[in-house]
Amino acid sequence: MITKRIIPCLDVRDGRVVKGVNFENLNDVNSPVELAKFYSDNGADELVFYDITASSDGRKIFTEILRETAKNVFIPLTVGGGISSVKDFERVLTCGADKVSVNTGAIKNPKLIPEAAKLYGSQCVVISADVKRVNGQFKIFARGGRDDTGIEAISWIKNCVDNGAGEVVLNSIDTDGVKKGFDLEMLKAVCEVVNVPVIASGGAGSIEDFITLFKTLPKVDAGLAASIFHFGEVSIKSLKEKMKSENIPVRL
Amino acid sequence: MIAIIDYGVGNLFSLSSSFNAIGHEVKIISNPDELKNFDRIILPGVGAFGDAAEKLFSSGMAEPLINEAKNGKPILGICVGMQLLFTKSFEFGEYDGLNLIPGEVRAIKEVIPSELKIPQIGWNALNIKNLNGIFSNSNNGEYVYFVHSYSAFCDEKFVTSTTNYGADLVASVQSENIYGVQFHPEKSGNSGLKILKAFCEVKA
Repeated sequence: MITKRIIPCLDVRDGRVVKGVNFENLNDVNSPVELAKFYSDNGADELVFYDITASSDGRKIFTEILRETAKNVFIPLTVGGGISSVKDFERVLTCGADKVSVNTGAIKNPKLIPEAAKLYGSQCVVISADVKRVNGQFKIFARGGRDDTGIEAISWIKNCVDNGAGEVVLNSIDTDGVKKGFDLEMLKAVCEVVNVPVIASGGAGSIEDFITLFKTLPKVDAGLAASIFHFGEVSIKSLKEKMKSENIPVRL
Repeated sequence: MIAIIDYGVGNLFSLSSSFNAIGHEVKIISNPDELKNFDRIILPGVGAFGDAAEKLFSSGMAEPLINEAKNGKPILGICVGMQLLFTKSFEFGEYDGLNLIPGEVRAIKEVIPSELKIPQIGWNALNIKNLNGIFSNSNNGEYVYFVHSYSAFCDEKFVTSTTNYGADLVASVQSENIYGVQFHPEKSGNSGLKILKAFCEVKA
C-alpha cells in the first residue's frame, strides 16, 4: 500500500538553513547538506528546499548546495523559491531536483505550469499555494504570503492541476506558525476538487496533529513541516512509529 | 565500468551520483559507438513512452543496446527505461519498444480502483519473489519510490517483484541478463542503493 509521506522543509538563504536548528550529532546545524542527510537517514520520505535568497549571487550558492545535496541524499528533492520561468526549472533540475514547486511565478505567468509540464512532465511540477481566509473566502497570496492577489484559491488550484501541475502543496497562512494543527477545512476543500497528491503544510505542532490530519482526511498524501522537525520537538522516527500504531500506512 | 545511456530524456545527475555513492564509476554515454566498451548498461527514462522511444531510436542507441543485450551484458531499465524494454506501449497511442522482454505497457487505471490517484506517487512496498539478482541485498517488503501512471503487463515468469496499489502492479522484471525496475532506485534511499549495488554485482 502506498504510504503517507513526511516531508521536512528547509528554508535556505545564501547557502545556509534559516532558523536555528537544534540537533546533537550534527557538526553544522545550518548546513543544508548535513541537515538533508540527517533527515534522510532518520526516515524523511522527501525533502523540500525553499530558496529564499534575494540576490543572484545567493542563487548560485543555492544551486551549488543543491548539487552537493543530490550527491549525498537519495530521496526525492523538491525545490521552490524564485521559480518564474522554465529556465529556472532547468537550472534546479540539472542540479538534482526531482520536482519544482511554483508559487508567485505561476500567479504572474499562467503559462508557466503548462509549459513546464509539457517539457518535464506533470510529475515534476508542484503548485505551492499560500492560502488565507479573507472575509470567509479562501484567497491566494503571493510573495511569500505578503500580497493578497484577490484570486479565489480553490478554483485557482484546480485550474493549475488541470493545466499540468502534478502535486499540490497547500500552505495555510491562517494556521502557519500557530502550531495547533493543520487547516483541515481548507485541505478538505482542495482534496474535493483535485485528484493529484495533496501535501498539507502549515500548523503542525505535535505528533497528534499529523495523526488527526491523516485520520480525518485520508485523501491527504503527505504532511510537511519545518520548525517542529528542526527544533527536535517532533522526531520523524517517533512520528512514524505513532502513525504505524494508528494503522496509518507509513514507511519505517 | 557502467554506462548510463543519455538520449536526451531527463536528468542523469542523481542517477550517476547514486552509483558513485556505492563506489561504482559510471559514464554518461551519448555516442552509440561507445556502448560496447562498458560492462553494464543503464537505460533511464522519464516522461511519456512515445517521446522517449522516439528519442531512443533516433539517437542511434537502440540498435547497439539490443546487440549488447543479446551478447549477455547486464542491462537495467529504470522507470520509462524499464517500459522501453517491452514490445510495445499504449500510452497516448501505440508505440514500439525494444522488444527485449515480451509484454506491453498499459495504463494502471485499467486495473486499479477508480478512487485511487494517478499517477501513483510515493513510497510503496515491494513484494519480492526471490531474493536474488538485483534483490540479493534486499529484504522482502522494503519500500521504494514510485512515480508512474503506466505499468508493464507481461508473463508472470518475467516478474521479479510487484507492488500493491489497489491491485498488484509489476514493480520489476528480469529476462536473463535484462533487468527492469518501475520505481526509482536512485530516489529510494538505502533500499534503492542496495538494488543498484546488486545490479553492479550480477554475473556478466
